[in-house]
Amino acid sequence: MKSSRRGFLKFAGLSAVGVAGSTAVATRTKASAEHEPPATEGKRLALVIDLRKFSKDDALLDKITSACHEAHNVPDFAGDPKNEVKWIWSEDFEAAFHEQEFHYIREDLKGKQTLLLCNHCDNPPCTRVCPTQATWKRATDGVVMMDWHRCIGCRYCVVACPYGSRSFNWKDPRSAPNLATLDTTYPTRMRGVVEKCTFCDERLARGQQPACVEACANGEMVFGDLNDPASEVRELLAEHLTIRRKPGLGTQPEVYYIVEDPRTLQEFAPAAEVFEEEGGYA
Amino acid sequence: MYDASKIVAGLAVFVVLATSPLWYNALSAASPDRPELQKPPNGATECVESVEFMRANHMDLLDTWRDTVVREDVRTYVSELSGKDYTMSLSDTCLDCHSNKEQFCDACHTYSAVTPYCWDCHVIPEGGQ
Repeated sequence: MKSSRRGFLKFAGLSAVGVAGSTAVATRTKASAEHEPPATEGKRLALVIDLRKFSKDDALLDKITSACHEAHNVPDFAGDPKNEVKWIWSEDFEAAFHEQEFHYIREDLKGKQTLLLCNHCDNPPCTRVCPTQATWKRATDGVVMMDWHRCIGCRYCVVACPYGSRSFNWKDPRSAPNLATLDTTYPTRMRGVVEKCTFCDERLARGQQPACVEACANGEMVFGDLNDPASEVRELLAEHLTIRRKPGLGTQPEVYYIVEDPRTLQEFAPAAEVFEEEGGYA
Repeated sequence: MYDASKIVAGLAVFVVLATSPLWYNALSAASPDRPELQKPPNGATECVESVEFMRANHMDLLDTWRDTVVREDVRTYVSELSGKDYTMSLSDTCLDCHSNKEQFCDACHTYSAVTPYCWDCHVIPEGGQ
């Protein structure tokens, strides 16, 4: 075979492209594998919120929110949305599930205040972007944790979270009027740190339920292990129609909402009565 | 060397002056304003580790406690001194005995001009100061 300079250069060029291409593919595959959150061994903690058991503007919502916020020294700069810090809060049902694009929505769900909190996603986008590993998914039970010692306040996680579950401390939280008296069993955060719900990891460590769940007397919120087929959360998910927020994003949120008709609640007459009083189906 | 006697004399004066703080401290008695730390008001006589270890390494121990609790969810510390179990908590375990932060933590930190930021977030338990 006769080789020419032209032929040699062509071959060398093609080889270089091939090597570069395969290296890039290999690096890319490796990088995406590194960014995968750990598979959950053992438990997969999750929360089921039974919307049937809440009336439209339930006083229980305030009770739950303040139980959480008082237990964790969450600052309240009343009426100042820029400095708002929230671990659990409520929103209109249609706003909470806006991508469902409800038309002619069931009357009892219209404008219904719906509890929102960190979804403790099985595939959390916030932990992937944290440059200091100040937030991570706990491999033993799937809780998306925060290490406030390590947070540098870059707010990538705030941007990455599609649920608005993360708040930034623009001001010193201890300057908030409601933190004049602190819960001495839990720290505050400091200015320049992001905070959010941690499924009450400090209470879980003591074998207790999260503060929000404990504030509910009638099973309005149920907390448990999805990997245990006999758990109450699994029973609820098997028996009822539940929805999650923005499932299309692939984050696998682990807070489930039961959205069935309140009248399916045989054992819970008050909510059914409220439903009837509010006009039932319009 | 020109003017050797003047230069040597000058050097000698310089060395004595430059090292005078060392001489002064060595010759005088122990510094009078050395902080006196308060003994635990609850009468406890034993810390999680030996006094010498705690004096030298409490900051490293607290850092390890912090990381173990927050990142590994392990909350019990086994003392190498006594084998006893302790809950790894600054405000609950440490301040349970050293309940007066001003007389204990601050006294020494002020003396040695260090400003740890533990209490920017952690809360001094009720009854403590």
